Amino acid sequence: MPRRKDIKKILIIGSGPIIISQACEFDYSGTQACKVLRQEGYKIVLVNSNPATIMTDPEFADSTYIEPLTVGSLEKIIAKERPDALLPTLGGQTALNLAVKLSEAGVLRKYGVNTIGANIKAIKKGEDRKLFRDSMKKIGLDLPKSGFAYDLTQAKQIVQEIGFPVIIRPSFTLGGTGGSVVYNAEEFTESAKTGLSASMIGEVLIEESVIGWKEFELEVMRDSKDNVVIICSIENFDPMGIHTGDSITVAPIQTLTDREYQKMRDAAISCIRQIGVETGGSNIQFAVNPKTGRMVIIEMNPRVSRSSALASKATGFPIAKIAAKLAVGYTLDEIANDITLKTPACFEPAIDYCIVKIPRFTFEKFPSADATLTVSMKSVGETMAIGRTFKEALQKAVRSLEIKKYGLESAVFKDLRNIKPQGDLLESIYKKLRIPNADRLFYIGDALRSGIGIDKINEITAIDRWFLYNIKEIIDMEKTILENKDSITKEILAKAKKYGFSDKQLAGLLDREEGEIYRLRKSLGITSDFKSVDTCSGEFQAYTPYFYSTYNK
Amino acid sequence: MDAILALEDGKIFRGRSFGADVERCGEVVFNTSMTGYQEIITDPSYKGQIVAMTYPLIGNYGIVKEDNESGRPFLEGLAVTEYSKIASNWRSEKILQDYLRENKVAAIEGIDTRELTLHIRQAGAMKAVLSTIDLDEKSLVKKARDSEGLIGKDLVREVTGKREIFFEGGKSKYKVVLLDCGAKSNIVRELIKNGCRVISVPAGTPAEEILSEEPDGVLLSNGPGDPAAVKYVINTTAGLIGRVPIFGICLGHQMLGLALGGRTYKLKFGHHGANQPVKDLKTGKVSITVQNHGFCVDMGSLNKKDIEMTHINLNDNTLEGMRHKKLPVFSVQFHPEAAPGPHDAVYLFAEFTGMMENWRAKKKRH
Repeated sequence: MPRRKDIKKILIIGSGPIIISQACEFDYSGTQACKVLRQEGYKIVLVNSNPATIMTDPEFADSTYIEPLTVGSLEKIIAKERPDALLPTLGGQTALNLAVKLSEAGVLRKYGVNTIGANIKAIKKGEDRKLFRDSMKKIGLDLPKSGFAYDLTQAKQIVQEIGFPVIIRPSFTLGGTGGSVVYNAEEFTESAKTGLSASMIGEVLIEESVIGWKEFELEVMRDSKDNVVIICSIENFDPMGIHTGDSITVAPIQTLTDREYQKMRDAAISCIRQIGVETGGSNIQFAVNPKTGRMVIIEMNPRVSRSSALASKATGFPIAKIAAKLAVGYTLDEIANDITLKTPACFEPAIDYCIVKIPRFTFEKFPSADATLTVSMKSVGETMAIGRTFKEALQKAVRSLEIKKYGLESAVFKDLRNIKPQGDLLESIYKKLRIPNADRLFYIGDALRSGIGIDKINEITAIDRWFLYNIKEIIDMEKTILENKDSITKEILAKAKKYGFSDKQLAGLLDREEGEIYRLRKSLGITSDFKSVDTCSGEFQAYTPYFYSTYNK
Repeated sequence: MDAILALEDGKIFRGRSFGADVERCGEVVFNTSMTGYQEIITDPSYKGQIVAMTYPLIGNYGIVKEDNESGRPFLEGLAVTEYSKIASNWRSEKILQDYLRENKVAAIEGIDTRELTLHIRQAGAMKAVLSTIDLDEKSLVKKARDSEGLIGKDLVREVTGKREIFFEGGKSKYKVVLLDCGAKSNIVRELIKNGCRVISVPAGTPAEEILSEEPDGVLLSNGPGDPAAVKYVINTTAGLIGRVPIFGICLGHQMLGLALGGRTYKLKFGHHGANQPVKDLKTGKVSITVQNHGFCVDMGSLNKKDIEMTHINLNDNTLEGMRHKKLPVFSVQFHPEAAPGPHDAVYLFAEFTGMMENWRAKKKRH
């Protein structure tokens, strides 16, 4: 289908101020949308209260309003501009919620504004937990056991049926605000009250705890011809119980067989169809019981999500840009793949590298905040790294955090040659494994350095053994380097670089200067290569790829 | 243990073995599937091929017996960047390395499969040797050059079942003969799911013998190698056309193309992966399909008066499916049975049963 000619002017709502869970990701998606829709000849009206965004630069829209994101100010803008359509799916939760409010206030009908991308009914079905659950049951998808409460008495009744631990999820909030995990009756009253007041509509979902289950996400796209493709699959390193925004995540999925992955893919496709997202992207989350394989659907965001920016960069598939084109009537098979040019965007990216995202926390700037990681998001940013192996990507991502760690270095041990894990020290390692926190990754390393086994760490953290084994390989490599301090060979050095060790990290282990290591490995011919992100694992020629460095060549 | 993958054009990849201590020749191809290495290893269509996985981390979830696509591995060798020494999955029964060793499969790890992929993309699929025994590069390149290759070679004979096998699951409405040229197990599973009773017969079974079973339909299966080299199956297919509903998959589709008077040709590096977009020309809808073929039916060689193109590949516009305009015959180049790969095209099995239903009704009228 060619682009729609019945609409001429499109209103795009930005995501407003930067807050935890809604940062520059939505500036990225909104800017992409403005750019591509203007290229298509549409007039763009943009509203965003945050002037420190790219999208509010004058060249991105025909008229830009830096105004509060409220029904009142939006109505005035709509009355003046008279747009034909509202595209609400690219400005995060803020834009989505505002679109719902504009519809409920009758503003959209009054001025004849149609939503494109996702309609109000679909937004509600995706966002309202009750409607969502009913929709998923209708198509036979399994969900955690749960019940809705509108006051404390109802809440207490429900928890009695399900049993502890439970998760309290308020409906219509940002980044899980007001949500919590509750282990006992004492905590429950307080948490239920907080949840009820955090919800825009005074509603909370009390849910069977799937804490410790494996967590997965799929980034899905649909067009008006009902073609659906999976852009990116993501596996969370941290299991359920930690907000995805606070989890280390890995793409693609590492530990599902094809059968299990295809079952998840089928579920995601029927989910986006049932919710009725007409065109564009959605992010769909699943939990899988690590012992039985039972798969439950957790939630879906009927919009471009925080993960979409990551998935776009992880695969080379520009989700926001394509979503904008789909919203105005193009179908996936009509759009060219930006990188290969000769093949269409109607495909599923095949990647031949591993992506690791690590959240960045700044608890030092919020001294009163509880640094325990829960279902409410607390991180303020993230880094993403690409490597040919999980080990390489993980260590690169750590370096990018700018927390003075140049790889998977120790959190507690000063002298790695002399590790004596005992008493309080050992106790503190166990504690840091048990209670999710910003530094847990480094404590996992220290646990392995202390001789605590993978199975034990898996039992405490519920982090998959595959990830732990890979971390152990990094720690074992570190040990090999230390043991061969005075007789370091080319083989060891080359392998260390393949495992993602930085020169600075190696210098520390070998008691040398960083420059010395650099010169040594250069003289041994150990250098990196740049490989491209091309959406197709090298199957087609890439015309506009981007690159990552690797020693696995 | 060291291992070497030597290509006939002299390109060498040195790595370590994680399979059996053997030497194997085959055509080296790359596969871009990110999951499903086990289904690939046990798919008989890979007979004669050394498969390089473009996804660098292979073996993560180990091996689960029930996911096998046949009784044992058929490919000649496996090449990966990093294999996982542990298997982490609740269904996992053993690690990949043990499975490959038990089944005498050659496997190399620690090589850059992206470099290999780019090389094949430019130079085309080619003959190669994977060895842990002979580690002399020159000698291996010579062996690769001297090896037979796929063109003109009947590999079906090596993978087809030796006798008839019956499959039934509960109530069945249709009796289907599966002409086994190296059929994947999931074809049988899908047929059963669609209410069929399946009789799998060896590839050498003549048309009259197949028809004597009085089947409601015949499924021409997938299989390895060059379709033009399997004359007896082409003859059998020609003898079946118009006398019974036929559904061809992959090699079966190529057999039909040849039996209907068309030609097949070899693609530069084939389609091997789980993300191939295929457009249904009737509905305009796109299915993401799994594919594994080096040969292709030449669209131009088909008699357009009788044959209608039904599916094309959106990446390179090659033929992906066809249908006879008057007779109950249709086929696809991709794998509607998936395993590994997406289930988007599974609806074709229902089309097959629909075709059998119509045929039955027509027969009754006469």
